Amino acid sequence: MSRAAANWTGLVTIVRREMRRVLRIWPQTLLPPVITMTLYFIIFGALIGRRIGEMGGYDYMQYIAPGLIIMAVLTNSYANVSSSFFGAKFGKFIEELLVSPMPNSLILLGYVAGGVLRGTLIGALVTVVAMFFTPLTVANPLLMILVVVLTAVVFALGGFINGVYANKFDDISIVPTFVLAPLTYLGGVFYTVDLLPDIARQLSLANPILYMVNAFRYAMLGVSDVHIGVALSMTVGFLVFLFALAMWLLNKGYGLRS
Amino acid sequence: MTQALSIAGLAKTYGNGVEALRGIDLDVAEGDFFGLLGPNGAGKTTAIGIVTSLVRKTGGTVSVFGHDIDRELEAAKACIGLVPQEINFNQFEKCRDILVNQAGFYGIPRATAKERAEKYLKQLQLWDKREDISRNLSGGMKRRLMIARALVHEPRLLILDEPTAGVDIEIRRSMWEFLRRINREGTTIILTTHYLEEAETLCREIGIINHGRIVERGRTRDLLAKLQTETFELNLRTPIAQAPEVTGYTVRQLDPSTLEVDVDKSQSVTHLFSELAQHGIEVVSMRNKVNRLEELFVRMVEKGRT
Ligand SMILES: Nc1ncnc2c1ncn2[C@@H]1O[C@H](COP(=O)(O)OP(=O)(O)O)[C@@H](O)[C@H]1O
Ligand SMILES: [Mg+2]
Repeated sequence: MSRAAANWTGLVTIVRREMRRVLRIWPQTLLPPVITMTLYFIIFGALIGRRIGEMGGYDYMQYIAPGLIIMAVLTNSYANVSSSFFGAKFGKFIEELLVSPMPNSLILLGYVAGGVLRGTLIGALVTVVAMFFTPLTVANPLLMILVVVLTAVVFALGGFINGVYANKFDDISIVPTFVLAPLTYLGGVFYTVDLLPDIARQLSLANPILYMVNAFRYAMLGVSDVHIGVALSMTVGFLVFLFALAMWLLNKGYGLRS
Repeated sequence: MTQALSIAGLAKTYGNGVEALRGIDLDVAEGDFFGLLGPNGAGKTTAIGIVTSLVRKTGGTVSVFGHDIDRELEAAKACIGLVPQEINFNQFEKCRDILVNQAGFYGIPRATAKERAEKYLKQLQLWDKREDISRNLSGGMKRRLMIARALVHEPRLLILDEPTAGVDIEIRRSMWEFLRRINREGTTIILTTHYLEEAETLCREIGIINHGRIVERGRTRDLLAKLQTETFELNLRTPIAQAPEVTGYTVRQLDPSTLEVDVDKSQSVTHLFSELAQHGIEVVSMRNKVNRLEELFVRMVEKGRT
């Protein structure tokens, strides 16, 4: 048995275990985002949206659909890894992996893949929901897939880092509540930043989520507040930074190996 | 001969300044059944933690079957099966899944992993519980499940950290029997314990650790032979009023028909009996009073303290 084959088996085992977890606790993992997104579509799209009229040249509902989908992807990628990894740490069964011959990079990859799978699965579910409310167009399918995967990876990495730092269950809800949610709402899901006064628009450009929302909207509708090249580069930049941070924490054994 | 485990100058100072290991040297030969003995806080779990990479050492070297953990950590880890001191399952996972996944982390293909899971669940009498989530197992079953999990990748070295803590005597004995068997079949075993009876029953070799230092190391039999005195409890045919004076022996009376006598190694039991016979005392039966290892242990630990 070669080391590479063994590592591959290990990686598949982690990912399979993560997916089984998602499916086993589906009322916590799959259902809530679908309900939340349905409500968003009903309230912001159908009820309020009708009065808003157009945004960025599109029907309001059509304009916000990409933002809502990518928002579901990123929140769920993050939540999956932070709660699963913290749970493993809290229940001490992360030790099963820590004592095994799996290298740190593959442990990280396994958890991130789990987060990406849940994120994209929910992205797909929410897309189906959206189709009941508005016609969806996809300007660039390959770009769309690329953006979804990159975004999911960025947030899965973020969730992993959160899980590494967390010492109690509160610690994995603080960041989503006080950082991610505000950044998402201010990240152009519901409006184009062109509507904002100059200073607010400048500030918005410091918000990482803005780039992912716009990249995704560009892939679907062909419109974006920022240049697609910039949006993609920023996303890749965040990915590289978070990956390096996560690997550094793992190699240091932060919170895992005393 | 290959050393299953070779430790030199191993030191650990935790972040809070606690010096858990102060430079220990230890070799365990392949095929051995080795007991690491020491009171709570001696550093046993820390030492095992370093070998299994759960704890980062602050000094020294460790190699497992010749694989240095600083250079070939993954190869070293692949040789080890660990039964940790504290239960660490995913509470909501089924017993069988726990084993199949564990095998997967060690690179065993899924079909083989399932066969192994069945084999070891059966060997540890847990096959009936294969579909139960681990949370619903009793304490003894959880301990056995940890052993099954540690064996599923068929490691050459099995390390058990206080495996029988809190397990009732019957299960403890059947676990001993099982460990003896797999050791006979070729698995090197290292076990930590503060149950002296356990080390005395199971281990061919022991190391005694205290305050982060190895204070004694050798064959269990040789260490026992170092003992100077043994205490015997004697049951008498007829009750007596008070303990007799026997030159050279310390005799205490426990009750009218029971005496307790310390016998030095330079003395003999035969001589003691003839002395007692002269006092008209007939001994019906006797038993070895203290756990000898216990005494050895106390001495070594005292030696280590000075
Ligand atoms: N994570 C830790 N941080 C700080 N001190 C620790 C930690 N783990 C163990 N210790 C200390 O190290 C010493 C040795 O502990 P341990 O290795 O658990 O002993 P044993 O397993 O022999 O009971 C003890 O004083 C203990 O309090
Ligand atoms: Mg211990």
